[in-house]
Amino acid sequence: MEAVMTPTNQSVATRILVVDDSRVVRKVARRILEEAGYDVAEAGDGAQALAQCHVTLPDVVLLDWNMPVMNGIDCLRGLRRDFGPDEPSVILCTTENGADFIVSAIEAGAQEYIMKPFDDAILIGKLEQLGLTGRRQ
Amino acid sequence: MTSFEEIATLVKSRSGLTLGPDKTYLLETRLEAIARRLGVAGYEALAPLLRHDRLLQAEVVEALTTNETLFFRDTRPFDHVRTVGVPRLLAGRPGNAPLRVWSAAASTGQEAYSLAMLFSEMGAALCGRAVQILGTDIARIPLARAREGLYSQFEVQRGLPARMLVKYFRKEDESWRLIKPIRDMVEFREWNLLSDAGSLGRFDIIFCRNVLIYFDPPTKSRVLEMLTARLVPGGLLFLGAAESVTGLTSSLRPVGGEHFVFEVPRVAATVG
Repeated sequence: MEAVMTPTNQSVATRILVVDDSRVVRKVARRILEEAGYDVAEAGDGAQALAQCHVTLPDVVLLDWNMPVMNGIDCLRGLRRDFGPDEPSVILCTTENGADFIVSAIEAGAQEYIMKPFDDAILIGKLEQLGLTGRRQ
Repeated sequence: MTSFEEIATLVKSRSGLTLGPDKTYLLETRLEAIARRLGVAGYEALAPLLRHDRLLQAEVVEALTTNETLFFRDTRPFDHVRTVGVPRLLAGRPGNAPLRVWSAAASTGQEAYSLAMLFSEMGAALCGRAVQILGTDIARIPLARAREGLYSQFEVQRGLPARMLVKYFRKEDESWRLIKPIRDMVEFREWNLLSDAGSLGRFDIIFCRNVLIYFDPPTKSRVLEMLTARLVPGGLLFLGAAESVTGLTSSLRPVGGEHFVFEVPRVAATVG
């Protein structure tokens, strides 16, 4: 669909899909992201996330590692298979913080990695590091 | 003189930092731990104790001048160094002299080490030039942390790309330590920006970001003149995005229309 340029929609919110089996984590992430001007969607596992991406491709997927049905790494591999190496940007998110986990995430095609628990400074900082502010031009 | 004025006068004389009346929260929050340790109620009660205790004076100045920092804070200056700054400097100064870089408000070292990682990534683009990075700060305790090169989980997630984390850091318990080759690229020294910096020599690149905003106009001019005198001809001074040299010095001009990087025009540099 072609965007119509009007004074109210010259900039569009960056779309972020938050994927986590914890409703609490999704809620916290949604609050942080919406306050910063991002447009947020949610999925409860990797399979749901992949299906949603085939309907509307977000700019970024904030992807939990350990989830039922389909874990984060398998979802990430599916995203790279279906949409290529660059889109959407993926930030893998987990309590695992060893260097080997981070290497695995990058090798599987993640752009970034954050460790739980995260706060607004870390999450927004990572998005800005990827050049993704709350509202894109 | 009120307690606030007394502490503000001390901090101004030692560091150049101007604390206006709107900064009472800074004294309340940053001096709270010192006051608690000494068993006195707040910064107001600290002022009389400061008058004859030089160690305490230093501690208070340090607490009020330590700035928050993060790796690759604002990526644009680093991109500029890599894509424009270094190629220009190398072309302008052929030979084998090392590139000298000064992180003038180094705090806990993230900026200086970000530069070290950036130069390490540049590899062959440096045409074999060695890089020497000096990190200075007025505050002793953050510098001690900088020398350690050990950062918390929180700190390494702020600004540092994950790829660089696994390449340049090693996990130690719950923290991450920079690898020795990167640590060895940086020397940290205690230094007051208001002092004569002649002994530091001259630099190709100076980062002095988000420092001038804390100074009054005469101090800003003085620091800018000092920094200008420390640049080699064609050298680059990087300031914070919100900082300006307008009305403060005529010795610097913006590079390529960017508002965060300045150079000394070659004629002015040879006079300095």
